[in-house]
Amino acid sequence: MRYHPLTSDDRELMLSRIGVKSIDDLFVDVPNAHLVEGLMDLPKGKSEIAVERLLAKMAGKNRAAGEGPFFVGAGAYRHHVPASVDHLIQRSEFLTSYTPYQAEISQGTLQVLFEFQTQVARLTGMEVANASMYDGSTAAAEAVMMAARLTRRGKAIVAGGVHPQYRDVIETVAVGVDVEAMPADPTASEDVATKIDDSIACVVVQSPSFYGHILDLKPIAEACHKAGALLVACFTEVVALGAIEPPGAQGADIVVGEGQSLGNPLTFGGPYVGLFAGLKKHVRQMPGRLAGETVDADGKRGYTLTLNTREQHIRRDKATSNICTNSGLCSLAFTIHMTLLGETGLTRLARLNHAKAIKAADALARVPGVTVLNESFFNEFTIKVPGDAHTVIEKLAERDVLGGVPVSRLDEKAPGDLIVVAATELTTDDDIDAYASTLGDVL
Amino acid sequence: MTFTGNEALALSEPLIFETGRREVTGVDIEDAGLTEDRLGGQARKTPIDLPGLTEPETMRHYVRLSRQNYAIDMGLYPLGSCTMKHNPRLNEKMARLPGFGDIHPLQPLSTVPGALELMGELSRWLITMTGMKAVALSPKAGAQGELAGMMAIRAALRARGENRGTVLVPESAHGTNPATAAALGYRVESIKAREDGTVSVEAVREKLSDDVAAIMLTNPNTCGLFEPEVAAIAEAVHEAGAYFYGDGANFNAIVGKAKPGDLGVDAMHINLHKTFSTPHGGGGPGAGPVVLSERLAPFAPLPFLRDDGTLVERSDECDAGETPFGRLVAFHGQMGMYVRAMAYMLSHGADGLKQASEDAVLAANYIKAQLADVMSVSFPDRPAMHEVLFDERFLKGTGVTTLDFAKAMIDEGYHPMTMYFPLVVPGAMLIEPTESESLASLDLFIATLRDLAKGARDGDTARFTEAPRYAPRRRLDETRGARKPVLTYEASSDFKEAAE
Repeated sequence: MRYHPLTSDDRELMLSRIGVKSIDDLFVDVPNAHLVEGLMDLPKGKSEIAVERLLAKMAGKNRAAGEGPFFVGAGAYRHHVPASVDHLIQRSEFLTSYTPYQAEISQGTLQVLFEFQTQVARLTGMEVANASMYDGSTAAAEAVMMAARLTRRGKAIVAGGVHPQYRDVIETVAVGVDVEAMPADPTASEDVATKIDDSIACVVVQSPSFYGHILDLKPIAEACHKAGALLVACFTEVVALGAIEPPGAQGADIVVGEGQSLGNPLTFGGPYVGLFAGLKKHVRQMPGRLAGETVDADGKRGYTLTLNTREQHIRRDKATSNICTNSGLCSLAFTIHMTLLGETGLTRLARLNHAKAIKAADALARVPGVTVLNESFFNEFTIKVPGDAHTVIEKLAERDVLGGVPVSRLDEKAPGDLIVVAATELTTDDDIDAYASTLGDVL
Repeated sequence: MTFTGNEALALSEPLIFETGRREVTGVDIEDAGLTEDRLGGQARKTPIDLPGLTEPETMRHYVRLSRQNYAIDMGLYPLGSCTMKHNPRLNEKMARLPGFGDIHPLQPLSTVPGALELMGELSRWLITMTGMKAVALSPKAGAQGELAGMMAIRAALRARGENRGTVLVPESAHGTNPATAAALGYRVESIKAREDGTVSVEAVREKLSDDVAAIMLTNPNTCGLFEPEVAAIAEAVHEAGAYFYGDGANFNAIVGKAKPGDLGVDAMHINLHKTFSTPHGGGGPGAGPVVLSERLAPFAPLPFLRDDGTLVERSDECDAGETPFGRLVAFHGQMGMYVRAMAYMLSHGADGLKQASEDAVLAANYIKAQLADVMSVSFPDRPAMHEVLFDERFLKGTGVTTLDFAKAMIDEGYHPMTMYFPLVVPGAMLIEPTESESLASLDLFIATLRDLAKGARDGDTARFTEAPRYAPRRRLDETRGARKPVLTYEASSDFKEAAE
């Protein structure tokens, strides 16, 4: 086996130095009745060539996003990732290192996390950010639990514009919090502010919403603060923050979101990188890892994981969360891509995304029978089609156009004739033309 | 002291906020030609204050930073319980095939049959290796796998109309076990280990009652020992109407040797990043699929894969007998990690996986045997599994602590072992060499630790208390960091204005 350096002779020598006859003598604590003779039902090892062939064949059955017109978003977005990003994250020193517990020989990872935290805090307009969560949905659930701890209240409202699967995750994971999910809000007409009273720990609002609408968070923040509740602002498309006012400038207390768009490929939904930002006064109730600046014994600036007393390996059953890791390599990809872009690049990228989405929305609006529901949007919007959205999407896929996500795939209670459509800098004018004309054909 | 503060290849590197400029970008982006926005009056007015770097500057910055990290590819990384084994690059290449890396979780399932096939294959391998009934792939990390397993147990208990409030956790357990149980509202009862580092069925029986929902037991345990009474413990737990959650953090010791399902486990998460070597990546992303027994299988969270290969995404798609407890993540879990783990499993095959377990156990016992006379083996009477636990007794009277000893290893070119965990022995040092080390590498490591142990005994205290001396940083002041946390760079990065 190409990954196993020990030879048979090595093994014999080692056994004799240990003072046992065979490897079985080291497994004596496994009850005899339960020792298995290998894994009979599984095949033997394969060469690198054979594994490549087998997996390439499987991969070849999938229609990759880049193979044709592609308008799927709804929480994961296809963006261009500069070649240098993927090169850098495959450096052995980043890829094959562990969580930076031994700070003296993990300064690379720790400084990256410190840069990541600063970038996320500035992007969201918040004071601090953690070193990342698993993804946007779990970050949202952790935010709700944090708000419940901070306010000592047991109720949360999830607005109707929040990604339906984020809502499901909040309902499942935020144990002990009574979650009231508002009905699907494809037209951004709900008034969540009127639902807030002094029993509420927090309101979770997404902007741009799942349906693409850009919301003014300020009135909701005001209503929250008046009732002593917190505003948890959520987003799934981080590039939008290059174009719209950040949640922090609108009064959000906790900001969570998905960071996949920067640096990370689609990969069928994971691994992604959850962003989590908040206020300094709340930092001791924040979940997850935090890197902090300090000095070493020679007075040199350095970084270390800090405020560990919130965490499970110290606090055990009193921890703020059971989370034991962050999404290290994905946050590295995020930070490198963000560094390459800078404010200038991010702003341009955001404008280009917005322009492509406007073009797509206008083209689809011209298709007979199709209505665009949005007055405002960033790079994603919702269309209403005559008939069943699933059927339309399948028919489009048969003609090699991946036209978006039927809302009812994620939320069985939502109307069945809605499709969420996304465009990014990778969308071409030809793609848009192909989508519009094919949609006209299949309707 | 050099003029730059650098020492040849030891290069220091400032923060991007100190070198970047807001007007600089390393990505050329075409002009959007946008005349009028549709942002609903929410266009950004607040500056972001984010610096940019050009591509060459970016490359240099992150390459320089990378060189301040230790890594498996540089040397032995004996972090007990973390399983720092070789990360094959074939796995990276496979995960980047466009058919895996460039597919969207919400494109029509009819356009991704190969992705579902891979998930089905991975499921089959995990189920076969563990002897269980079903697997929920979606948990994003070990700790989330624990949550999934414990939620399935809670759902199963509720389905039979029971609302039990206690979870038993041995004191040697990972901190995530009690944290997970507590997150679900359970009262955590600790179980003491025996003198020999294992849990006795009597100790478990004493704590069992009709209020106990489950026991969370790591096997092999975090002392590196296989729990000899595991089957009897499972039986006792089941008799009391409770469930057996197996923490699979150390599954890598027994793949192809024993099946947790045969031992009575009801739920167990598998850390794909440990046992199946998807990289640790500096602290994630991991993946924590949880395998389930027949009794728990109906409660697997959404999304789940049926035996016929269909993916169930919503509760209204469920058939009778499918009663998922909810959804833990958006989309379908860590597909990128599934591909890497699959490439690892296919490369090893049944024979290679068994060999990996045996070599890992052999290497740990070799280290134990070769160091037993100079360091204190905590539990000498039983064979170690894939890791071996030492404690601070051999340092008594030397003025050197476990922490000092670990830091001196850094100067010798090694990553330290896991320190002060598990909590069952004073000054724990948990060493896991993995199957990735050659005999020469193991021998040099052993010789180094022997020399360090001798140095401590001989009174060369400074070698330890001042260590590390040759690392990118000396010891960091963690108290200062925690007392007045600095979590972001606070000065403005607008150096253009600063220069003016």
